[in-house]
Amino acid sequence: MKNKYATLLLLTLAVFANNAKAQETVYPTDAQKGTTAITHATVHVGNGNVLTDATIIFEKGKITAVGSGLALPKGAAEVDASGKHVYPGLILPNSSLGLREINAGVRGSNDFQEIGENNADIRSIVSYNTDSKVINVLRANGILLAHVSPMGELIEGRSSVVQLDAWNYEDAEYKANTGMYISMPSFMARRGGRGGFMRGMMGGGGGDPLKAAFDKIETIKTYFTEARAYCQEKEHANSNLKLEAARSLFEGKQKLFVRANEVKQMLIAIDLGKTFGFNIVIVGGGESFQIASILAENKIPVILDETHALPASEDDDVDQPYKTPAQLQKAGVLFALNDMGENSKQRNISFNAGTAVTYGLTKEEALSSITLNAAKILGIDNLTGSIEAGKDANIIISLGDILDMRGNQLTQAFIQGRAISLDNKQLQLYERYKHKYGIK
Amino acid sequence: MKRILTGLLFLCAGIVSHAQESFPINGVRDIRSGLYAFTNATIIQNENTKIEKGVLIIKMGKIVAVGANLTVPAEAIVVDCAGKFIYPSFIDPLSDYGVATPRRTMGGFNFGAPGQFISNKPGPYNWNQAVKPELNAVDVFTKDETTASAYRANGFGAVFTHLKDGLARGTGAVVTLATENNNQAVIKSKAASVYSFDKGTSTQSYPSSLMGSIAVLRQTYLDAKWYQTKPVTEGVNLSLDAWNSNQSMPQIFSTDDKWNAVRADRIGDEFGVQYIIRGGDNGYQRIDEMVKTKASFILGVDFPVAMDVEDPNDARFVSLADMKHWELAPTNLAAFSKANIPFSITSSDMKDAKQFLANVKKAIQNGLSESKALEALTKTPANQLGVYDQVGSIETGKWANFIITTEPVFATNAKIIENWVQGNKYEVNESEWSSIAGKYKLTINKNGTNTDYNIEVKKDLSASIIGTDTITSKVTVSESVVKLNFPTKKGRGADQIRLSGIISGNSWSGVGTDGSGSKTTWSATYTGAVTAVEAKNEFRRPMDSARNNNSKITFPFVGYGNEVLPKQETILIKNATVWTNEKEGVLQNTDVLLKGGKISKIGKNLSDASAKIVDGTGKHLSAGIIDEHSHIAAMSINEGGQSVTSEVRIGDNLNPEDINIYRQLSGGVTSSHILHGSANTIGGQTQLIKLRWGANDEELKFAGADPFIKFALGENVKRTTSQNNNRYPDTRMGVEEVLNDAFDRAVDYQKTLKANPLARRDLELEALVEILNKKRFITCHSYVQPEITYALRVGDKYGFKFNTFTHILEGYKVADKMKKHGSSASTFSDWFMYKTEVQDAIAYNAAIMQKVGLNVCINSDDAEMARRLNQEAGKIVKYGGVSEEEALKMVTLNPAKALHVADKVGSIKTGKDADVVLWTDNPLSIYAKVEKTIVDGIVYFDRTKDAEMSKKITAEKTRLIQKLLGEKRTGMPMGRPMPSFQILLTCGDHEHEDHMATIYENQNN
Repeated sequence: MKNKYATLLLLTLAVFANNAKAQETVYPTDAQKGTTAITHATVHVGNGNVLTDATIIFEKGKITAVGSGLALPKGAAEVDASGKHVYPGLILPNSSLGLREINAGVRGSNDFQEIGENNADIRSIVSYNTDSKVINVLRANGILLAHVSPMGELIEGRSSVVQLDAWNYEDAEYKANTGMYISMPSFMARRGGRGGFMRGMMGGGGGDPLKAAFDKIETIKTYFTEARAYCQEKEHANSNLKLEAARSLFEGKQKLFVRANEVKQMLIAIDLGKTFGFNIVIVGGGESFQIASILAENKIPVILDETHALPASEDDDVDQPYKTPAQLQKAGVLFALNDMGENSKQRNISFNAGTAVTYGLTKEEALSSITLNAAKILGIDNLTGSIEAGKDANIIISLGDILDMRGNQLTQAFIQGRAISLDNKQLQLYERYKHKYGIK
Repeated sequence: MKRILTGLLFLCAGIVSHAQESFPINGVRDIRSGLYAFTNATIIQNENTKIEKGVLIIKMGKIVAVGANLTVPAEAIVVDCAGKFIYPSFIDPLSDYGVATPRRTMGGFNFGAPGQFISNKPGPYNWNQAVKPELNAVDVFTKDETTASAYRANGFGAVFTHLKDGLARGTGAVVTLATENNNQAVIKSKAASVYSFDKGTSTQSYPSSLMGSIAVLRQTYLDAKWYQTKPVTEGVNLSLDAWNSNQSMPQIFSTDDKWNAVRADRIGDEFGVQYIIRGGDNGYQRIDEMVKTKASFILGVDFPVAMDVEDPNDARFVSLADMKHWELAPTNLAAFSKANIPFSITSSDMKDAKQFLANVKKAIQNGLSESKALEALTKTPANQLGVYDQVGSIETGKWANFIITTEPVFATNAKIIENWVQGNKYEVNESEWSSIAGKYKLTINKNGTNTDYNIEVKKDLSASIIGTDTITSKVTVSESVVKLNFPTKKGRGADQIRLSGIISGNSWSGVGTDGSGSKTTWSATYTGAVTAVEAKNEFRRPMDSARNNNSKITFPFVGYGNEVLPKQETILIKNATVWTNEKEGVLQNTDVLLKGGKISKIGKNLSDASAKIVDGTGKHLSAGIIDEHSHIAAMSINEGGQSVTSEVRIGDNLNPEDINIYRQLSGGVTSSHILHGSANTIGGQTQLIKLRWGANDEELKFAGADPFIKFALGENVKRTTSQNNNRYPDTRMGVEEVLNDAFDRAVDYQKTLKANPLARRDLELEALVEILNKKRFITCHSYVQPEITYALRVGDKYGFKFNTFTHILEGYKVADKMKKHGSSASTFSDWFMYKTEVQDAIAYNAAIMQKVGLNVCINSDDAEMARRLNQEAGKIVKYGGVSEEEALKMVTLNPAKALHVADKVGSIKTGKDADVVLWTDNPLSIYAKVEKTIVDGIVYFDRTKDAEMSKKITAEKTRLIQKLLGEKRTGMPMGRPMPSFQILLTCGDHEHEDHMATIYENQNN
């Protein structure tokens, strides 16, 4: 494994060995044995720093040392990363991965959205399918961890962070019950019916949007008020799963993730946090640039769901969503970038970050927004998010700049020190048809 | 000051001026001559002729004489109209008075419901339920006093009425607003026939789009012509019969928007019909296009209500365009008038019909002349409907339809006193006959002691009572009863004096109570006129100054529109890295000269004295991006009502004001192929456009390009997501047969037409015949390998080529077959797993197909991604190692080839169109930004200018928000702020978050 082409070779071998086989032969890797050292690397630490010609040493899944001129421990397997770029594993900060396999027309493959207004008690982790055909495709683009959340009407349930190399959901669990999700009702007036030609032909509309929204917010507040009382009861005459579910929130062990795009939605989320003493995270954040200073002042982090989005209003700057990350950065808001493009299944998160660079972030800030910032928001920065001693060896190696499609080409990835396979169904089908056509 | 004829003309019910002879009378005959003489009036006969101190004589409902110095017959009932004005009453040219407009049943049209493929109307009528030329409003007309009185209150005496339902609505009648009986009210039973783009209550699936509505109308014109040959195969078709006989009368097309007016006129041009167009309130935004229709118009005055934008969160989502429209809509009529477009005014479809006259006055304040306004309310509608010989002016022989007003009818405080219809009097504001305004001496007698006050009563009946204090109060008048209450002195706790009495000539008298509750008697005597303050001028001044500040019209009418369209320039780009897409490859430090809309020279050290120099140092120049698969800039995308809809055309319903045109220019797109969606196997005809921001719909079209059509295979056309599909096909097996059957029919159709040129023309089959004859080409939505294969075989069988397969995510599996057939492929870089048929989609698809030798394009099918197609091309380098030059061609030259326009666009080559993009970086890099996008040598996007426009939008919006808030402070009625929703039409393969004011509309199902 000392050969500098080791990683490429490994990949190539894997591909040919599995030629024409299904992705079922892509195995999760066993726990790291011995010591691994990545050498001569340009290390993008994730916290803003870049080290050149650096060495990263890890054993038992943890990084033990990072720096220049480090002596290689005896027997360490060396991965020569000369000329390559090394990054912390990327983190999807908000996702339906493993819950939602085929979006349209295949109801049976979808387990991400429960019915009912209050599902505080449900847990996403239990329907996380480690055999999803999507997971391995995301790994090949450097995504090693994902925050998996349920969706719903109002109070959506509890999320978990998973690592993407596992046999089953219990193996995959990286941080259980990370957060509770709620979806903030919209305050915008809705015109009835459809747009364009069918306008007015569909009925609907009317009503006071403010009142409807506040009714729902009252439901949320009532729930938390009653849950707080319930959690203080010594003994319950009637146990209540929904009320019990909020206990971790009141104990500060869990954050409240609020899906909110509109300014009013976000302001009410901040108020909820103050009222109940919760740690709030805004998920979506389409209009966060409008209240960046308020978010910074209240220390409210934001998961920006989509940088590659159209402006919300036809009068907005044509590139407003591209500029939003830089505006949050400037205001001092802690934010993570996401990629909610459903048709490409979040594989483009690094390019969402790349666009943010084109429109004002530095490359290292953009990297933080898909690594360390996400880890901080998810409460796992003690474990991951940057390449620093003591953290899990969640590391990716790329031939070039991962934020740009011209450089993004993974050669190797490690989750908790394990060298994971970058093979996936798409690569396998690629090989299969290269074979058919005799393409080299 | 005189109360005239009080009591005598009190009730109109007794006046039957002319009876129906055929009707039996239950009781005693009571026929009256209805001979009246209206004297001393200012009679406005028509918009040009005014008679001072005129006399109008009417008898049996008709005008028998009008003029100055007429002898009043002794037997006439004389109505002294001194100080009053008489106008011809107005004519509403497009109402549904007295005919119940059919309403949709609850829930409206349901996309998800099982399809209904033919009309369910009983009887031998047309196949399409929305085509109802056989309806005649006169057949069901029933007088309706409640509605009629509301019209009369606005000055109308006659209306055109029709059944407001469907694409062809049959004929309408001109009826008066007299409500004596149905028979006499009708003055023209079939005055005009009416059409629209709205299918109304039809429950049939087809059409489900604007372009479908247009296709139905076009086909019906052809069918009706064919039906004249009495084809045996058709049997009796009462709808086509009626259609044909309706053609001889005026044809009205009802729309609500400027572009729909243009679309309607285009149909008219094709079939030799000049429609009278019911236009929207936004015609002023495209007045040149309105002129070009050569139509006379019917316009409304239902101006937008000011929105309450006090909350900046609400204001944010109200677009500048909507705010500007609020400001400018009242200038619409003036704009038509200035452009010499004849028009009439309708009060129909108003949110609040009570605002009608106020809004006409608003239009006058905004530049419409009073005579033009009167003409538009009388003569023009009468002429449009062919009834000017009966109504529309005050002339001998016409119906006695006129209004009596207190002042010139468009004066601010003018009131309609009475509205006479066919010689019947209808009261509107009877108490306005005499104004009680003036100075009075009031005497209150309490137990023999008199207390005197001086009172001044204004026109609006507000009164000042001058005693020890000057106290303001209000006089209440009801018929001849007058009431007045006022406190004895200013301040709280003052006692109230209450008076009630009867008006008799110049004096009032009655009884009352004083502050202590004691009974009093009182009288008041007129002492003289109040010095009038001309309120009118005060009212006008702010409006005038506001008008000067009004927003400018931009092209298009959105924030990022231009007041003046950008011009073609000679541009010399110096010292750039030029991606030629030709054998020269990428040229370093090269100059490119754009002249006359073409690429004129490529080389080093070029110069041109007339050229604007653009420094390209460190920058990259590429050909403009061509998006092979786009759904922007259209009003509707899918016509899913049937499985074969080759008759519909995207080009019929372009929307040149879609902001996404501008946004995509900012991403370097210069041409887009606007495709029909994937709702059905044979979809509609597509439209290639150039992104000429500000052009009209026709100018957007890429001239001279080969016509294409969209086909679709697989899940969408078999309606996989629907739980209750009943539309054939439901499987891929059926999809193949839909193709075979369609082309079988097309082959036979071609033979039939050849044998018999009078055979029925079928727009659906004509498009397919064009395919057979290689005059129209296919872009086929497809995913999995079996369907791609059978499509190829259908093409082989009928001797045509599937020009392009789009989406084609399993193209890599059958790339060799596609190559042999000669198809291009247009795909996504990295989409997968969004539906069953893309489980085998791989990001290496494009690379494999390219290596097998196919012409491969990367397309967007997504208004957002279209702005980053250069990055999508960059991914083909990442996934499969295609060279950068070849990758860039996938979004430029290759789509140009697929669309047969590579001789004009797609590369930087001398003689090609000057459609180029200047990038800040390697165009395949995520770090590349567009600096300039040039189409035909015209700079349509410039990053510096874009920043200026953004600032201007903010400033303009701020001004309008202030103006709207000002409106609120003055107490004007305010509407709830409504976000200006952006509708994004998608073809069906799409999921997206709702970004607040953006609605992603999948018209697939």
